[in-house]
Amino acid sequence: MAEDRVDKHRRRFLTVVTTGVGAVGAVAAVVPFVGSMSPSARAKAAGAPVEVDISKLQPGQMLREEWRGKPIFIVKRTSEMLDTLDGVQGELLDPASDAGQQPGYVDMGTRSLKPHLLVLVGICTHLGCAPVEKFAMGAESGLGEDWPGGFFCPCHGSKFDLAGRVYKGVPAPSNLVVPPHRFKTDTMIVVGEDPEGVA
Amino acid sequence: MSKFLEWVDRRFPLTKTWNEHLAEYYAPKNFNFWYYFGSLAMLVLVIQIVTGIFLTMHYNPDAETAFASVEYIMRDVPWGWLIRYLHAIGGSAFFVVVYLHMFRGLLYGSHREPRELVWLLGCVIFVVLMAESFMGYLLPWGNMSFWGAQVIISLFGAIPFVGEGLAEWVRGDFVVSDATLKRFFAFHVAAVPLILAGLVYLHIVALHRVGSNNPDGIEIKKNKDADGVPKDGIPFHPYYSVKDLVGVVVFLIIYLAIVFFLPEFFGLFLEKDNFLPADPLQTPADIVPLWYFTPYYSILRATTESLMWFVRGLIVLSVVVAFVRTSKPTAKGIAALVGAGFFIGAFIFTPKFWGVVLMGFSIVALFLLPWLDQSPVRSIRYRGWMYKTALAVFVFSFVILGYMGMHNPDHVSLFIFKNVVWAQICTITYALFFILMPLYSVWDRTKPEPERVNFK
Repeated sequence: MAEDRVDKHRRRFLTVVTTGVGAVGAVAAVVPFVGSMSPSARAKAAGAPVEVDISKLQPGQMLREEWRGKPIFIVKRTSEMLDTLDGVQGELLDPASDAGQQPGYVDMGTRSLKPHLLVLVGICTHLGCAPVEKFAMGAESGLGEDWPGGFFCPCHGSKFDLAGRVYKGVPAPSNLVVPPHRFKTDTMIVVGEDPEGVA
Repeated sequence: MSKFLEWVDRRFPLTKTWNEHLAEYYAPKNFNFWYYFGSLAMLVLVIQIVTGIFLTMHYNPDAETAFASVEYIMRDVPWGWLIRYLHAIGGSAFFVVVYLHMFRGLLYGSHREPRELVWLLGCVIFVVLMAESFMGYLLPWGNMSFWGAQVIISLFGAIPFVGEGLAEWVRGDFVVSDATLKRFFAFHVAAVPLILAGLVYLHIVALHRVGSNNPDGIEIKKNKDADGVPKDGIPFHPYYSVKDLVGVVVFLIIYLAIVFFLPEFFGLFLEKDNFLPADPLQTPADIVPLWYFTPYYSILRATTESLMWFVRGLIVLSVVVAFVRTSKPTAKGIAALVGAGFFIGAFIFTPKFWGVVLMGFSIVALFLLPWLDQSPVRSIRYRGWMYKTALAVFVFSFVILGYMGMHNPDHVSLFIFKNVVWAQICTITYALFFILMPLYSVWDRTKPEPERVNFK
């Protein structure tokens, strides 16, 4: 056989091409496995909106509901509670709520659709603990004489005011999230849906 | 018998393997107390695998029934309480043994040339072990399991841009849920133990290639007799296999005493909040990881705005050390560039993100040890006061960080300073141990190493 010599160039080409195709195949094979770990259709469906009846919620009280497995706080703020919002502005990290932690259609001052009714995702923006309500003012709250009422995260001590805005000098980097919500009737809130007419 | 052995040896290198790794593996004859923990780590791995297999026979990886199935194991399964306690306490025992094993390396320079790969593989084992234990801790589905996982997975969320999506992918849901429990179960009982076993195999193969270090930190292979056997070496089997048995007995006495009489170990090995089922709407008053994670957790919590100036200082210091210790212009250029990147990053990104970074670095630093340590000697026996002091400060920092990680950062648990301030001080000293090592390990006045090992 005179044609017995090895064509090194051709051999290298075939090796590179085979390895390349194999590598592409290996990467493609990873896709379904990685993809299978994303939230499933059922988990996404569980994110469906929930309706909350607030007819029995008293002023100064809070309801805990669940939406997408997260705690949702619905607070019926009294006028005194609303009055504290302006006074604490100097101590807040983001008093004007510029960081986009709420839908665009809520009032930026009170972070709510109706001033008295505040809806928040009850998950601390630091590391995901559930803050507790500390609505009592002053020493009674256990947070010092000057405490005007708000939320306190027991894990790492983050503090939020009565609109869920974060104080300066605490670990949480941003305000509590206001979820999309709308009023179906005066006493029925739908959490997880935007008001009609809002895109 | 010997006929049978011959038959096997022609088909499988049985005698060869036995000799290479046991009967003719020559280990230095001056091993002391600190050399028990390698074999003990293997023992605990076996205990964890065996007890773990039996636990899976009764455990339910399901958010609705997981907690109840653990109670079922504790109350109704014959000997279930023992198997579960052996496994739960075994997790803590693993870290006790592994931390002491790693400390041995720092004492006698086991990370130094030519054992860098042994050390690196060991560091990887340590990281994988942390993942294994973190995922295992979710399985009882207690309230601390749930919120511990919630907090640690949220750490991914601190990564700019991709963080939230990544955290969602890890959880398989918008919060820790049944999907998270099931995947953690799969990783904890199948994937990670396989990886762990493979890494342990590699760790030992690498060790047996270069030979064991010893408390004098000298190379026994430099002094060989006419047969090529190190003069200071003795066969691992039977000498050390028998010696290690003594260690095993002592270990088992302590381990089983805790299993039988103090399984919660004052709330350190089993936390009180984990006797309550997971409640996604109610965070425990204090989220505290298990004791072996608290030093890193402390570093995470210590990283607030007030620490950031020190972080920037440490970045500058690292670059200065790199400049002092290297003469190559390219290396200097890289150090300056990387340092500048980090320095600018220290102004752009939030302390929350930097907490995660520092926590990561506190582990990554261990990987760099073989190259940060430039001392002409290996063992602490021949090092000077600088390394001894540095190591003492490091151990002190690590312990204080661990202690502060278990206590509310705003309280004063030790004295004078708030816990968070102690944690910040110790975060800095922890970092300095590594950052300054290329300097003090060289400046240190060392004693001459002996020709032969001391063993009396």
